[in-house]
Amino acid sequence: MSVRTEEMVLNMGPQHPSTHGVLRLELTLEGEIITKVVPHIGYLHRCFEKHCEVMTYPQIIPYTDRMDYLAAMCNELGFVIGVEKLLAIQVPERVEYIRVIMAELQRIASHLVAIGTYGADIGAFTPFLYCFRDREKILNLFEITCGARLLYNYIWIGGLSHDLHPDFIRLTKEFIREFKPNLRELNNLLTYNKIFIDRTANIGILPLETAINYGVTGPMLRASGLRWDLRKDDSYSIYNKFDFEIPIGEGKMGTIGDSWDRYFVRVREMEESIKIIEQAIEQIPDGDVTAGIPKRIKPVVGHIYSRVENPRGELGYFIISDGSATPFRVKVRAPSFVNLQVLDVLCRGHMVADVIAILGSVDIVLGEVDR
Amino acid sequence: MGLLDKEFSEGNIIITTTENLFNWARLSSLWQVSFGLACCAIEMMATSASHYDFDRFGVIPRPSPRQSDVIIVSGTVTLKMALRVKRLYEQMPDPKYVISMGSCSNCGGPYWEHGYHVLKGVDRVIPVDVYVPGCPPRPEALLEGLLKLQEKIRNESLSKS
Amino acid sequence: MKSFEEISKLLINQFPSINFEIKSDVKFEPYIIVPPNQIDNVCLFLRDNIDLQFDSLVNLSAVDDFNGEKTKDEQGNDIMKGGTLSLYYHLESIKYRHKILLRVLTDRDNPSVLSVTSVWNSANWHEREAFDLFGINFINHPDLRRILMPYDWEFGHPLRKDYQNPEFYQGMKVPY
Repeated sequence: MSVRTEEMVLNMGPQHPSTHGVLRLELTLEGEIITKVVPHIGYLHRCFEKHCEVMTYPQIIPYTDRMDYLAAMCNELGFVIGVEKLLAIQVPERVEYIRVIMAELQRIASHLVAIGTYGADIGAFTPFLYCFRDREKILNLFEITCGARLLYNYIWIGGLSHDLHPDFIRLTKEFIREFKPNLRELNNLLTYNKIFIDRTANIGILPLETAINYGVTGPMLRASGLRWDLRKDDSYSIYNKFDFEIPIGEGKMGTIGDSWDRYFVRVREMEESIKIIEQAIEQIPDGDVTAGIPKRIKPVVGHIYSRVENPRGELGYFIISDGSATPFRVKVRAPSFVNLQVLDVLCRGHMVADVIAILGSVDIVLGEVDR
Repeated sequence: MGLLDKEFSEGNIIITTTENLFNWARLSSLWQVSFGLACCAIEMMATSASHYDFDRFGVIPRPSPRQSDVIIVSGTVTLKMALRVKRLYEQMPDPKYVISMGSCSNCGGPYWEHGYHVLKGVDRVIPVDVYVPGCPPRPEALLEGLLKLQEKIRNESLSKS
Repeated sequence: MKSFEEISKLLINQFPSINFEIKSDVKFEPYIIVPPNQIDNVCLFLRDNIDLQFDSLVNLSAVDDFNGEKTKDEQGNDIMKGGTLSLYYHLESIKYRHKILLRVLTDRDNPSVLSVTSVWNSANWHEREAFDLFGINFINHPDLRRILMPYDWEFGHPLRKDYQNPEFYQGMKVPY
């Protein structure tokens, strides 16, 4: 006697505690095993590209913050680098050093949220609180520099809005001194925890060929085994002056390219960011950060594609200028938008509980998926 | 809390009105639906973390709207999402309260002029009790919004007019 | 790593029947204009050729060139008739580290381009977004429907420069 089964469609709706925002997943299930996942997005579409056609270049910078709200400094940096290339201006060296320090601090803050919420999704609530405790210290550093905790409007075209606070260097050194033992504590709590390894190793394996064909970038691509990082391979700003490594996935706990690898690449990237910040603090020169800001920003007619390495992947801005004070068109290539397409391939054959583990390891932010 | 504190320290008998008792019970344990839309959601998460604790006010996040009292609409409400917000609000049991957190859900925020897909304020679909301004509001501002809501509940009356 | 001239030469040799327009005097990023009904053959060659191996589609952007003639429609709103919409394809080779930019022009009133989803899977959602916001029809796309706007949005394609906002959508007032 054979049992007749039917496929069932389950909706993980826009309001769900584990979807990291307003994402709707339509799962087609055969029992508990998944046969198809269809993501529905657009619940946070805030018309960024339409705003870019009517706002002037400096007015666009606060809007770029709000796309990937966990990595606001890196978003601003990408846009500003593109406009500076169109204007053909060179910024003072002190500005470059401060931008790198802010971008790397922002990378650590963003990875802390990713790791903390990933632990909370899996069921471990304590690492969430520990990560947010460390993140508060970084937000403190940002607050004494520019006044804001989450969305800064700090990196301006040609310079910065404020210089560093006199206590900034001392407080950053204190933060680094306190953060290194906290990282070891996090590793003991979560990374080498047997339950965490059982839930994430060998889950959602992404082969390298598939990853490149789907346009995946960032820690997801590095976890599949390819050492590709825009800070070294298409270097921008002054990253070529610093000595740091690019961690890749090695399949230590399972296979290369599984969820544990994606998680561990982020933990190792935080250690490398600490190295960059230490070197930048030693080498930072003096200077005036607002000296290079032009009075009128009217680039020449042309188009440019500028890209930076965001904590989630490659963020690209395709800016077309028609010679006036507002851009003609700005198209944003958001890393989470491209990374999310591969979710269908990753989830086939797994169970419903694994969808949460895989989605947490992809690390999306809906603000930039929908723009 | 006035009458209630005094009685506890001196004896084991409390004298109060039913209204005060119900209002005190309601405002001391407001369970919220974990409903974060955009950037303000991160500040709401930071408020629930240990630095600016939400739990000391009795607020814990519940995943389902059917088990919660308050919905904190944090972030931009788009036209696609607005109908779902309305449905979530209708799924909550009475008495229910709404805190609108951030400029985007107060009035459309920075997207008020050219946003073709942004709902200019969540009060176009659900009734709002407290508006917290900011972009994003600091955790202290959200805590003050919560205290204002508690003020409002304290002055409620059981007989609905 | 090949330069822009070498890549253009290889393309012209491979496809003698196609009339490419090589724009090499543009500032910052030179590009090649490809006809819209040949884009998938060209992309397949660029991906599979042993010297080029463009294995990654970095970005696909649609642009409203706004170069037609301005007229008024029945309600008296400003609209544009004629002109072109462009698509820009940024390609990169991870193996050889070279990049190229392709451009496709299609007319504004009835835009239709062949899809490159069969070459790179990352084009799937990029093309859906171009369809949603500009109205470009992609032939041979496996699943062409709206992605960012609601599925029942019937007021046009928002990122075109002559787009008009509706007054009400499902009972909610849209303008401020």
